Amino acid sequence: MSSISTALNADVKIVEPTLFDLSSPGRKGVTFPDPDVPRAKLPESLLRDDLPLPELAEVDVVRHYMHLSKFNYSVDDGFYPLGSCTMKYNPKINEDTCRLPGYVYTHPLQPVETVQGNLALMFTLQEWLKEISGFDAVTLQPAAGAHGEFTGVLIMRAYHRSRGDAKRVKMLIPDSAHGTNPASAGMTGLTIVQIPSDERGNIDLKALKEQCDDTTFGLMMTNPNTLGMFDEHVEEVIKIVHDCGGLVYGDGANLNALLGIIRPGDVGFDLMHFNLHKTFAVPHGGGGPGSGPVGVAPHLADFLPTPLVGIIEEGDDETPPLFGFVTPKKSIGRMKAFHGHFGGGHVRAFTYIAMHGPDGLRDISEYAVLNANYLLARLRNTYHVPYDRICMHEFVAEGQFAGSDVRALDIAKRLMDYKFHPPTNYFPLIVHEALMIEPTETENKDTLDAFADALIKIAEEAKTQPELLHNAPSTTLFGRMDEVKAARELVLCCWLPEDYEKIV
Amino acid sequence: MTYIPHSPKERDVMLATIGVKSLEDLFKDIPAKHRFPKLDLPPALTEMEAAAELAELAESNENVRGDLISFLGAGAYNHYIPAVINHIISRGEFYTAYTPYQPEISQGTLQAIFEYQSLIAALTGMDVSNASHYDGATAAAEAVNMAFAQFRGKRKKVVISPTVHPQYRAVIRTYTQGMSLELAGDNAEADLESGPESLASLVDDNTMLVIVQYPDFFGRVYDYTELIKSAHSKGALVCVVTNPTALGLFKTPGAMDADIVVGEGQPLGIPMWFGGPWLGFFTTKKSFVHKMAGRLVGETVDNRGQRSYVLTLTSREQHIKRERATSNICTNQGLLALASAVYMSVLGKNGMRQVAELCYHKAHYAAEQLSQIEGYGMCFPEPFFHEFVLCCPKPAAEVNAHLLEHGILGGYDLGQDYPALKNHLLIAVTEMNSKEDIDTLVDALSEVDHE
Repeated sequence: MSSISTALNADVKIVEPTLFDLSSPGRKGVTFPDPDVPRAKLPESLLRDDLPLPELAEVDVVRHYMHLSKFNYSVDDGFYPLGSCTMKYNPKINEDTCRLPGYVYTHPLQPVETVQGNLALMFTLQEWLKEISGFDAVTLQPAAGAHGEFTGVLIMRAYHRSRGDAKRVKMLIPDSAHGTNPASAGMTGLTIVQIPSDERGNIDLKALKEQCDDTTFGLMMTNPNTLGMFDEHVEEVIKIVHDCGGLVYGDGANLNALLGIIRPGDVGFDLMHFNLHKTFAVPHGGGGPGSGPVGVAPHLADFLPTPLVGIIEEGDDETPPLFGFVTPKKSIGRMKAFHGHFGGGHVRAFTYIAMHGPDGLRDISEYAVLNANYLLARLRNTYHVPYDRICMHEFVAEGQFAGSDVRALDIAKRLMDYKFHPPTNYFPLIVHEALMIEPTETENKDTLDAFADALIKIAEEAKTQPELLHNAPSTTLFGRMDEVKAARELVLCCWLPEDYEKIV
Repeated sequence: MTYIPHSPKERDVMLATIGVKSLEDLFKDIPAKHRFPKLDLPPALTEMEAAAELAELAESNENVRGDLISFLGAGAYNHYIPAVINHIISRGEFYTAYTPYQPEISQGTLQAIFEYQSLIAALTGMDVSNASHYDGATAAAEAVNMAFAQFRGKRKKVVISPTVHPQYRAVIRTYTQGMSLELAGDNAEADLESGPESLASLVDDNTMLVIVQYPDFFGRVYDYTELIKSAHSKGALVCVVTNPTALGLFKTPGAMDADIVVGEGQPLGIPMWFGGPWLGFFTTKKSFVHKMAGRLVGETVDNRGQRSYVLTLTSREQHIKRERATSNICTNQGLLALASAVYMSVLGKNGMRQVAELCYHKAHYAAEQLSQIEGYGMCFPEPFFHEFVLCCPKPAAEVNAHLLEHGILGGYDLGQDYPALKNHLLIAVTEMNSKEDIDTLVDALSEVDHE
């Protein structure tokens, strides 16, 4: 144990002790009543000797987490223009609806007759996502975007195999794709072929054609892509892949640009995942939970994971339909236990879509695109934007200046001094020193102006006082971290101190 | 209702700055024939209307806090959730933050995950924990991926106990369908009465991983020390799927020398929520840390000499390694890892043991009372924790239907997964079940055959 426990120098300053540091022998937090049944004999040989968990009072725990919470930047606190992450405002009503006792205290294996409210909600959400995307069937089971991608790749695989077509092993992925795309395809043993972008940020059609043959499994396409560009040849791209027998997967991470603007299913995408935690305002939770439903065109509906929510007994004027679970005919199987991220995912997204309606959804995308183009217009004279045309919900600028050693990382860190969360940096990989900026629709003009002003000022500082940027952030509670030390020493846990029981 | 803050005037100024006349002008790259589809969705609701509609849907369910007395477990458990958890995870600073890519302004999340890793490691008796997986089932599937990577694909066999949760086994089959693996032991005809020793005979030099559950799906508690020793002698790794509540009382898989310990964190202060979102935990020995999937938080210092935390070993992950990554996982269950950490810290050493003992004593009382009813009996003699298999004189589905009429959510009908066990109910009892609840169940079952 001691080899991996904390071994910091005495001169390291502790801003907030860990739960283990705060522990004191014999202290109690939440306690439970004594058993109201006779005590049974415990099987001594199977019991653990020690339970080395902290001992704290409830107030200790509350203050600890209150302190920690103040170390975080959040959407509730300010502008969070993290590209491809869609850090929009998370409406408070969603927090209340998902915590209604009828949702919170239902067991996933209850008889369907006792959970018709849950099933009706899931069924309706499936229908709404179909309508929004133009697909024919939707599974709500995948837990996150990458999980949806993996689900999609397995569906594509099952489709090819059902046609006796086992030689397709080549997944085409544009060089602007999210890293999860190649990783998801890699999990099924596919060979990844990277397709370059052309000078306007579209998929290079010539390179695409060269890779399309009878071994092509499919294409994973993010549209708008991570440059924030809507592919101007999307229909042709899809046709090229279809003509060689491949399928086209849509990465829905950037769907916030397309609600009521275009339905991916209408253009010919075969399948796509949704990120309910991006587009439909499910909060990101400091890294989850997300929710990654997958929509498919008719020819893939039989391969969806099990179970889906369906109507198992039609209703009539007097009785509502009976909802239950159904298994698609050639299902790839189960992607996770039970039915997906119901409470924290489906209920929140359902509330959000219900409150927006068809016009409100279109407003979301129109204003998300307006905000991105406004920032682009304000910044293009200061920062080089290598793919500069009307963007969708995000755009990518270069965080570097001729003759300066300031890098995108420095600009990102300096933004913290101006009380902004930095954009995504160093992604996509095809832009040098990338700063990928996604403002979302929920930011007002004042915020966008303040952010643009800060970035313009930072560009000036880069010339006149570069050390300000190299040393940034300086006004935050914490400075830059020693990441090399973390990886070399690999302290991944803390424990109760040695001789803990002797502490008085 | 939308959450868009622009006034019409601001919008127009912005459009002018961009140099376009209307919002529509921003979408000229979209193929014209597909542009601006009319969506057939219900008209927008105000917050007041949405709140009412969602409440109505929720109320049409029968929940297990008032409507039904529940003895249903099978992977989802009705535990008491202290009030403090919801208050902490409802702080916007936690739930509206992103994955902590910028450590200077994400130390709250990072230290909380570091502490979560520490608590889970202490609970399971293992060296290291990652920052979470989607659920217990996907964590078990990732254990297969990790073992596959550890042997560089040279070993192709996984031995899975038939008493690992059926849905977990199903997920492992889904995840591994492109990997050309042999999955042994996982079949419907398996001998369900023999102990872990029967698995040992399936382990050979081609076996990369053995997966068992602790307590197993039927609630039985086995000491896997000998099985693990035997698997290790063939060079195989062993993954134990475990229930975290049980570890408040029982010997840790770490003490049995397990290589990987995974499980469902839902019992640690996360509501059943009709199946999710929950929390998959994943722990291993330090020697395997480079092959582990998922996010890891490590301790370091900042440039002001302050103890601080960062995401570390990111070179294993998809955004760096792309198709060569150990897993594609990106978003995980951050907020629920936080919820479970608050649970473990506010219960602490004392509370965790108390909950485990309450479950144990109540389940044993229920088992004793139920097995006195004529025609009913305990199916297995082994020690158990808070779940047990009750043999019934008629199909479990019929017994459950009768119980539901009495407002009781009965046990899990094992015939759904094990054809030989169609008269068998898996009963779960937690601290939420009072003696009165249990006696009500006993009374309802006593009259099942007398109607």
